[in-house]
Amino acid sequence: MTSPIAQAASGLTAPSRTQPPHSDRPPAVRLSGVSKAFGSGTGALLALDDVSLDVSPGEFVCLLGASGCGKSTLLNLVADLDRPSAGTIDTRDARIALMFQEPALFPWLTVTGNIELALKMRGVPRSERRSRAAELLGSVHLNGFEKKRPHQLSGGMRQRVALARALALTIDENDTSKGTVLLMDEPFGALDAMTRDLLHDEIERIWRERNLSVLFVTHNVREAVRLGDRVVLLSSRPGRVVEEFPVPMKRPRRIDSPEVATLAASITDRLREEVGRHGG
Amino acid sequence: MAVETRRRDADPAIERQITGLDALELGGRTRRSGPRRAWASLWPKLAAIALGVLAWQLVVWSGWKEEYVLPGPDLVFPELWKRIDNGTMAEEVATTMQRALVGFAISVVVGGLIGAAVARVRVLRAAVGSLITGLQTLPSIVWLPFAVLLFNTSETAIMFVVVLGAAPSIAIGLIAGVDYTPPILLRAGKVMGLRGVNRFRHLILPASLPSFVTGLKQGWAFAWRSLMAGELIVNFGKKSLGAQLGTDRDVNDAAGLLATMIVILVIGIVVDMAFGAADRSLRSRWGLNSD
Repeated sequence: MTSPIAQAASGLTAPSRTQPPHSDRPPAVRLSGVSKAFGSGTGALLALDDVSLDVSPGEFVCLLGASGCGKSTLLNLVADLDRPSAGTIDTRDARIALMFQEPALFPWLTVTGNIELALKMRGVPRSERRSRAAELLGSVHLNGFEKKRPHQLSGGMRQRVALARALALTIDENDTSKGTVLLMDEPFGALDAMTRDLLHDEIERIWRERNLSVLFVTHNVREAVRLGDRVVLLSSRPGRVVEEFPVPMKRPRRIDSPEVATLAASITDRLREEVGRHGG
Repeated sequence: MAVETRRRDADPAIERQITGLDALELGGRTRRSGPRRAWASLWPKLAAIALGVLAWQLVVWSGWKEEYVLPGPDLVFPELWKRIDNGTMAEEVATTMQRALVGFAISVVVGGLIGAAVARVRVLRAAVGSLITGLQTLPSIVWLPFAVLLFNTSETAIMFVVVLGAAPSIAIGLIAGVDYTPPILLRAGKVMGLRGVNRFRHLILPASLPSFVTGLKQGWAFAWRSLMAGELIVNFGKKSLGAQLGTDRDVNDAAGLLATMIVILVIGIVVDMAFGAADRSLRSRWGLNSD
């Protein structure tokens, strides 16, 4: 059976992981010389300084940095919630969804109600919303919890509802050819390790199934190496791209595998060096 | 076609682990059954009433006041029953409750509109924000002489003080609700593309509902007080609970006076409990109470 959502979400391109992640196609997201300052005059705070970054279609990019590297600012800019002070951001009209560390579900709506509202905002006709919401919830293994309220679920389950809602936002009824970009702002930061590891498997599967382009912000180095095709290290105050690390290991990876640990260790060294520059 | 191949990507082992973890995290949450819980909250109230009546009886037995000034429960409850039985109480309660409901309804509309306007428009807030808080603290009985000057001793005068008593609280409840909409939900709404009317209907309004209900509850308490004061002072011969208080005092019917007071108290408590129940069910449905 062909799922309309999967089609809509995956766009026209068939998912193929044999292809190298850095393909020749135009990037799903392109940041060119992006800077962002808050405030003005002498009190101005430069959050991002001349950041250039491409995310290829279907690529999983992890942004890594210490506090104050402007990770969340960067995602807000890509999601068009804020405007850059300088530079350009090209998302080629891709459907963009943003997920936070908090699930940020509406407590007055049921689980399915939260998803259906997102579908409504994306122009899905009323008659289809219920079944499409069920399908999205199925893809995060939450069938049977449609009628629950968010507070009745565990933290990990809530975050999966938030993921389903984000996926709902990548649907475009009027133009199914658009690319889909999922921005994630430390989405598993508040979860216990076991739940987080399972959600890594989940997000990896969904990314592959739906051929999403993902920009994933985290301060957890192993998580970045576990998930990313590429890890981009940002400096702090202001945020600049320090170095990019391709992750060559085959998927599925384990967060506790020696390969992940080795690469994570060398990235951590580089990160510490960067943090040390802010010391006395 | 493509979907079927993708479906196979889902690793059954991982799926089982995830649903297993869900089951473990949700397990072990038990609640006391309905009747038991109702009894647990009911018996302290019944005990308090019994103690109150006992204390009252003890004061009467002490002989502190003459019985025609301070009658005991043995005189007051038969008088209450007599008034219920001959229908005078029903007539009074009907008039008073009709005023209360109409006055409260007007207050909800007026307070809701003012609250929404003040919450949305910055200039308006700067202009009248603190005035509304001030109005809330002004005892509404202060308005009564002015109301009589404006509208004579009429229904309108009573409604006037009821609305002035209740509307500020209702407005403040709504304003607070809008103000304290969690920023993370506003951000989520922005990501979802909620704007303008949609944003108000699907986000701001529901988010401010608990605070609005609290405002309604407080508004009701103020409306009820204002109404009693209004009926007691603006008496134009129509039978009502407040007017009856004045009449009973005029004829030195202390038992009747206390019977009327009991009815006023009971109505106040019952309505307050209804608001409380609505408030609690809303909060527990949204998970705003810590379990």
